[in-house]
Parts: sequence; C-alpha cells; structure tokens
Amino acid sequence: MSHSVELSGIGMTFGTTRAVADVNFKVEAGEFFSILGPSGCGKTTILRMIAGFIHPTEGRVLIGGEDMAGRGPNQRPTAMIFQSLALFPLMPVWENIAFGLEARGVGKAERRRKADDLLRLIALEGYGDRMPGELSGGQRQRVAIARALAVEPGVLLLDEPLSALDLKLRQHMRAELRALQKRTGVTFIYITHDQSEALAMSDRVAVMSAGVLQQVATPRELYENPATPFVARFVGETNAIKGRAVASEGGIVTLDTPLGSLRGRGSVAAGQGATLFVRPEALIPGGGALTAQIDRVDFEGAFALVHGRLGDGSALTASVGSTDLAHAPEPGAQASFGFAPEHAVVLADA
Amino acid sequence: MRDLYARFGGGLATVFLTLVLLWVAAMIVAPNLMMLDYALRPNLPPAELGGPRDVRSLDNIMYLANEATHRAIFFKTVWASALVASVTLVVCYPIAYWLAQNATPRQLGIALLLLIIPFFINEVLRTLAWFILLAFRGPLNAVLQWAGMIDRPVRWQGDGGVLAGMVYAYILFMLLPIYNAIESLEKAQIDAARDLGAKPWRIHWRVVIPHAKAGIATGCVFTFMLAAGSYVAPALLGSPGSRWFTEVIYNWFFEGGDWNRGAAYALVLLALCLAVVLVTLRLFRVNLADVAK
Repeated sequence: MSHSVELSGIGMTFGTTRAVADVNFKVEAGEFFSILGPSGCGKTTILRMIAGFIHPTEGRVLIGGEDMAGRGPNQRPTAMIFQSLALFPLMPVWENIAFGLEARGVGKAERRRKADDLLRLIALEGYGDRMPGELSGGQRQRVAIARALAVEPGVLLLDEPLSALDLKLRQHMRAELRALQKRTGVTFIYITHDQSEALAMSDRVAVMSAGVLQQVATPRELYENPATPFVARFVGETNAIKGRAVASEGGIVTLDTPLGSLRGRGSVAAGQGATLFVRPEALIPGGGALTAQIDRVDFEGAFALVHGRLGDGSALTASVGSTDLAHAPEPGAQASFGFAPEHAVVLADA
Repeated sequence: MRDLYARFGGGLATVFLTLVLLWVAAMIVAPNLMMLDYALRPNLPPAELGGPRDVRSLDNIMYLANEATHRAIFFKTVWASALVASVTLVVCYPIAYWLAQNATPRQLGIALLLLIIPFFINEVLRTLAWFILLAFRGPLNAVLQWAGMIDRPVRWQGDGGVLAGMVYAYILFMLLPIYNAIESLEKAQIDAARDLGAKPWRIHWRVVIPHAKAGIATGCVFTFMLAAGSYVAPALLGSPGSRWFTEVIYNWFFEGGDWNRGAAYALVLLALCLAVVLVTLRLFRVNLADVAK
C-alpha cells in the first residue's frame, strides 16, 4: 500500500529564519521522487515536516489525501531512513528490524519471522543475531532500509542515506534502492545534494534553493529545459553567457552578448537582461560563434573535457567524445565552438 | 607506564609515579590498614596495651552481629541508602534527559547554574536550611496549612526529612553522570524510534536507558555510597527513631570512647558498601573502568 504525498503552500520559519517558503508539489503514489538542492536549501526541513518531526508554520501536508496536521511521526504512514542511519547499536540486527513491530505489540516469534523475511529481502540472511557494529557500511545501510520497510509504510523518506558510503558502494546501492522501490511499490521521497544520484534514480525531481522550490520535473526535462538559472547551473555542467535579449521569435531568443550575437531557446522579452546556458556536450569544435583560448584537456574515459577561456575572460567547458578525440583542440591553441540554437537555453535574469 | 616515561622522560615520570604511590600508600592503604588493626583489637586502658589481653580477634564485629538494635540500624541504613539512590534517580533522570536532549544551550546554562549554586555553600549549612524548612513551626508547614492541605503541622523530621535532605544533597552526583551519558546519545536514534511508532516509555526503556546504563549505574553507586556514609543529614534532619549507622559509629568514637568497636563498625559499613557497589555493577553489566570515566 503506497500513498501520495501532497504539500500545499507549505512554509517553515525558525525564529526569524525562513527555511522553507510556499512550497507546493504532489508526489504520486508509488513514485520515486527526489528533492535536490545544496545543503541548507530546506530539503531536510521538508522531509522532517512530511515525517511529522516538525510542524509547518504555514500550509498543509497531505498523505494519501489525508491532512496530517497535529499528527506525530508515530501516527503517520511514513518511515524514515536517516542520514546517520540511526540503527540502535545495542540491539542485534533482527531486533533493530523488528523494532517497529515491537512498538505495535507484535509477538516475539512473529517479529523474528518478519525480521528473517526482511533479512532475506536485503540479502543478509543469517545476520539477525549480529550487532550493527559488526556490519559493513553497505550492510548497515540495508538493515536501515529493512527496519523502515518492516512497518509497511506507505511512504519511505530517505535523508541522504548514501552519503556516508564510498563511490563504488554508492553506485551499487543506487541500483539496489531503485530495484527495491520497484519491487515494493512504496512511494520513495529521497533527499540528496548529489544531482547525479537524483537524476539516475528518480521518476521526478524537485529542485530547491534557499527554501524556494525551483522546478519539479522528470530528470530529462530538468536537464534539457531548466526553468530557472539556478536549475540550469545546479543540474549538470553548463556554460553561462550573459547578455541582453534583442529579439524573440518562434521560441528562439536572440541575445546580444560581449561575444557577439547568440541564439537559444526561450521566451524572453526583447530588452530584458538574460543569460544563455549551453551544455558542454552541445558545443561542437571547429567553426562557430565562441572562440576560446584552450587551457587544458582532461581525458575522462568516455569523453574528454576541454577547458578554455573566452574573449571576455569567462570560462568555457566543452566535451568531446573519445572517438572524436583526434579533432579535439590542443592546449594552448585557439579554437572556436558552435552550437545549435535548440541546444541552448535562454533564461531571464532574476 | 611506558607512555608516561616516553612523554615525560625518566626523571619526571619517576617523580610522578612516586607521588602517586605515596598518595595511595599514605591516604588509602595506611588508614585502612590502621582501621583494620583497630577493629581487630580490644579496647584496653593504656596500661594494658601490648599486654597479654591485647590480641586480635573478631569480638568487635561479633558484638555488632549480636546487638539487635545496631544490627537493625545497620540494615535500615543499607536499604534507606538504596531508597535515597532510587528516589534521586527518579528525580534526576527526567531532568537529565531534558537537559541533554531538549534544552537550548541557554536553558542548559541557566539550569546547571541553578543546580550548582547551592553547592557553593557548605553541606552542613545546606542541610541546616532543610532543617529550618522542615521545622515543626517552619515555612513548609506554614505554607501547607495556609493552602489548606493540612490542618495541623506535620513533624517532617525523621525518615522523610533525612530522605529529602539526602536526595537534595546528592542530586548533582546522580544528574551529571546521567546527563553525560544521555548527551552522547545521537538524537536521530530517538527520532528513529518515534518514527517507527514507539511510545515515549518504550523509547526510554529500549533506547535511552540502555545507552545511559553506565551513567545511571555510576550515579546510583555514588549516591548510595554518599548516603550510606552520610552523617550530617541524619544528625540534623533525623529523629531518635531514624538513626543512621554512621551516627552509631560516631557514638562509639566520641561518646563511647571505644575506637576499636567504632573501627569495627566502620569496617563492616565499608565492606557492605563495596559489596553493594560490585553487585550493582554486575547487575547493570558495567565495569569499574566505565564508572571511573
């Protein structure tokens, strides 16, 4: 049984600090939904409001269509996985997993049976009598997930649970989490500051900055059509070129910049200050509007990143596929890059 | 030991070790050996010291075993000290929990200051303050009568007075170890337990108390020992019916003039305290090294 989660005009003020302002979005039942943003953007505050640890100063939280006002964390159909995992170190693994059942008055034999089932689900069969301290980071991670799933929550809330793991394990756990979500069908709300994590796992992503919701979209939409300059810069690599809109026609804006006239998708009224964003992979070396002095070329395996400096001194990054490496510019050389207007986005400056 | 020598060099390390050994020998070992010796010898006039009757025996200890009143006072002191420790625990645990997990730094500062200020005053004076508060014509009776809760003054002094005075006197010895223990508990664990649906009592029983076990054991052991060895509170706040074992020991020394029997009594009290401490630690599955921290 999974639940939808709806935030309606939600806001949170701590003393004089406004941590979250007027956030609205709806997570569908069974969705893998991420909230992405830099630290301090209010994403953890939102998660804690959904869990019921704190109560919003404005707006409402609805879970499964029901208003959660006045309900504590133990009265909501949510379960949370904490950043530190917060396993109980003095209880063996199986008691950790069965703690929620214990709190619901389930008998010991039944608890043990349920715990063993879940241990099988997370591929830790036979680990029930170990102490959490005897497990590896990845195993502890899985125990925390099993503990949360034991209470059969409608919504699973995950607060950057992978941040303590090393890169390899993190990538492995991503796939595992995603598979687990598909298998259980539980709504996942996942908090992270790591955009690649959010893009790789989620059905949809909400991007937050300074307590304000920037955009809610599918990962692809977010990457291709960022709604705000913040999203354009925060999600993925990009090159930003400031200018002023001089014409807007058929969804293509012409921008007057110190580097010349550039064109990209958007809807900005003529005369307004705007910025053009173009992804490194959209830049094609050899002939084009942007001429740069190449500083260095970083070989990354599947592609190489070409770092250079534009005429006005701002940085430029272009990526070149490994198979095209023969055509990549050399460090120290001058090179020009072009891009198709439909591969660039123009957004009005705030 | 090797660390000590490596850090401070041979000369200074030897000085430190010598000082520690001197302290242990002069302040701990020697007095206790003297007490043991006193306890085993009979109380004799100076002329007979070293004479044929000056032999070691268990007579002084057997005297306590056969003296019904003293024996009763002894056991009463033991269980009453345990009661003091339990009541202090019940009073301190919620305060310690609140201070460690919920209080803002400002609230913590104010609360600790309020708790510590009374300890700037001598224990005797603090106990005297309770003596005045609990007096038959004192403020407590006056307030309760004025509020209509009692219609005639109550004689608080006696077992109740001793309990109140001791709980008050030993609050910090219980509070600080428990506070320290709970303070180190990660807040997310309490959140996790709540999130999984646990009610407050289960969170305390399953998460907080197991974590704070060493602190609780330390506080109980401290409070028990201090209570069992306390003299001022029972002397000032007690009544003839609530005599404490320390008062009996005092009487042997300073009124009975029988230091040997007094030493024997003190030795029994010491042995009992040690036994209680070790049993408590065993029950809590905490070792002495944890308590020392």
